[in-house]
Amino acid sequence: MSDVSDLVLETRGLVKHFPITQGIVFRTKVGAVRAVDGVDIQLRRGETLGVVGESGCGKSTLAKLLIGLEQPTSGEVLVRGENIARLSGQGLRRARRNIQMVLQDPYTSLNPRMTVGDIIGEPFAIHPDAVPRAGRARAVQELLDLVGLNPDHVNRYPHQFSGGQRQRIGIARALALRPEIIVCDEPVSALDVSIQAQVINLLERLQRELGLSYIFIAHDLSVVRHISDRVAVMYLGKIVESGYHMAIYEQPTHPYTQALLSAVPVPDPRLRGRRDHIVLEGDVPSPADPPSGCRFRTRCWKAQPYCADHEPLLQIRQRSPHPSACHYAEIRDVIHRY
Amino acid sequence: MTGVTDIKAQIDALPGLDPRAPLLHVEDLHVEFRTRDGVAKAVNGAGFHLSAGETLALLGESGCGKSVTAQAVMGILDTPPAHITGGRVLYRGVDLLRLAEEDRRKVRANRIAMIFQDALSALNPVYSVGFQLAELFRKQRGLSRKDAKQRAIESLDQVRIPAARQRIDDYPHQFSGGMRQRVMIAMALALDPEVLIADEPTTALDVTVQAQIMGLLAELQHQRTMGLILITHDMGVVADVADRISVMYAGKVVEEAPVYDIYAHPAHPYTQALLASIPRLDLKGQQLNVIRGLPPALTDIPSGCAFHPRCGYAREICRQEQPPAYRIAPHRESRCHFIREVLGV
Repeated sequence: MSDVSDLVLETRGLVKHFPITQGIVFRTKVGAVRAVDGVDIQLRRGETLGVVGESGCGKSTLAKLLIGLEQPTSGEVLVRGENIARLSGQGLRRARRNIQMVLQDPYTSLNPRMTVGDIIGEPFAIHPDAVPRAGRARAVQELLDLVGLNPDHVNRYPHQFSGGQRQRIGIARALALRPEIIVCDEPVSALDVSIQAQVINLLERLQRELGLSYIFIAHDLSVVRHISDRVAVMYLGKIVESGYHMAIYEQPTHPYTQALLSAVPVPDPRLRGRRDHIVLEGDVPSPADPPSGCRFRTRCWKAQPYCADHEPLLQIRQRSPHPSACHYAEIRDVIHRY
Repeated sequence: MTGVTDIKAQIDALPGLDPRAPLLHVEDLHVEFRTRDGVAKAVNGAGFHLSAGETLALLGESGCGKSVTAQAVMGILDTPPAHITGGRVLYRGVDLLRLAEEDRRKVRANRIAMIFQDALSALNPVYSVGFQLAELFRKQRGLSRKDAKQRAIESLDQVRIPAARQRIDDYPHQFSGGMRQRVMIAMALALDPEVLIADEPTTALDVTVQAQIMGLLAELQHQRTMGLILITHDMGVVADVADRISVMYAGKVVEEAPVYDIYAHPAHPYTQALLASIPRLDLKGQQLNVIRGLPPALTDIPSGCAFHPRCGYAREICRQEQPPAYRIAPHRESRCHFIREVLGV
């Protein structure tokens, strides 16, 4: 199962700092926004890794690093063992074919002046050797069919489609180059509830049929649980807990994961007042000036003076059977305690 | 000085106002937008009622008319393009739709207030939050600048903004999303309204902040026995806070029921399908039901029951006849020709 050849995507100590500068003529660096600060993830073939966290925790920057839209400050992104941060030109272009992205907002991520056929076919223009010119129109129609759209609609424009249909167009575009890995950054959060299920089911079907691996980034923990095999919880640029979905959802050990799960409303009024509610105070601190030691300590009810000086590592602990970055990690089932 | 008693007395003196009449009763409301592309029928006979201290959820997807309904109740629709073509909005027996704008204005904020999804665009970016709050007390209560400012600070305290006295001169962009939402709640509740309409108040917020805001709203509502209309598409939030639910589809309330009944035994195919289509936090491996097709275009609402093209129970009668509101139990209604089948009885 955990055969090395199964590993399609890996990051090692991935860091992205955005400089904060001052002055116009003489720009000096006065600090850095530590958006992603040492992230290790591994993704195997046919697997879905969910990444959850609140806004500002670095989820989207991580996505951009993975597909090579941002250069890491340090660390490596290995796609099939090849470090894409080191590649350039031809090599980078080849590596990128294997990892594609589906974006959040289907209204702004499609060019309104291009037809659907041109949008989905654009990857072929950039990678001319992917499909011979004569076969491209057909390939586009096949892609439309694959994502459940009418292949005759190639000449329509994005505004002629609904939100859910546009997201299908975005998925078709991501599939055009037959990648092994797709990074989905909040793919369903802009959609209506009744449409969300359509797109989630489509992503699951495509994974089964094409053996795809997904990095599924979302803030909706229910959706992530539904689709993910493993889950990583991020807070202020770091992964604070990771494991199989059962471990994260049924036996969370990090206080942040516990608080996050307890805050999610469950659509069942019978559980009202009977669930474990942990209400966190305040907002996420600024990533430009994260707290010392454990970054969660400013909002944590378990915090001790020790937490301010010692940064907890993401590791298996005495009371945490899966990796957790808390000195006082301990299982607490917040979903089922009623 | 036009004092507190003044405006309160003026509202109480509105012809037909009866303190014993139901707090809010919306009947057969119709709103349409006349645009170049045709007439968009946003609200087609929506109706609901609300009592003091109660939380009613208006649940529905985008385009179902829930926000337009709320704006019609508040009297903040732009007319044109919007036209209220029928119905009544009764506040304590007074039809707000027939009131002169001057009287309407007194009811707004004093008796019925509203908060919006996006606090950053709902607040004025060029005035400090303190000024915007104090303005209410000066204009509506006739307080002096100094007293108004003091009241503004108290309002911010009440919604638990830390160091309210220091933050009173800050501008909306200097607050975080959750704090901005608190400012807007403070503003809506400043004049002690009896009804608060919250239009997707937590949709743009993270779950941990959402929990804070919903907790705050529930607490303030309880203190004041205020009626709350919660407009949302989130079936999780509704399950946590609502007493009753009105499910809207294509501008109509298709099902109305107490919260426990609707989750246990939905009586309309749309509610049933919606509940089966959402993934749950406490389950894994459930099959997600897909509602086929799309919500209807408001310029071209299907004949008969508007849900029939997407409905698994639909038959010929659904294409031809609009289902009436069938009463299932004392507080339950559903607009479906095949309720028995849907309920499985």
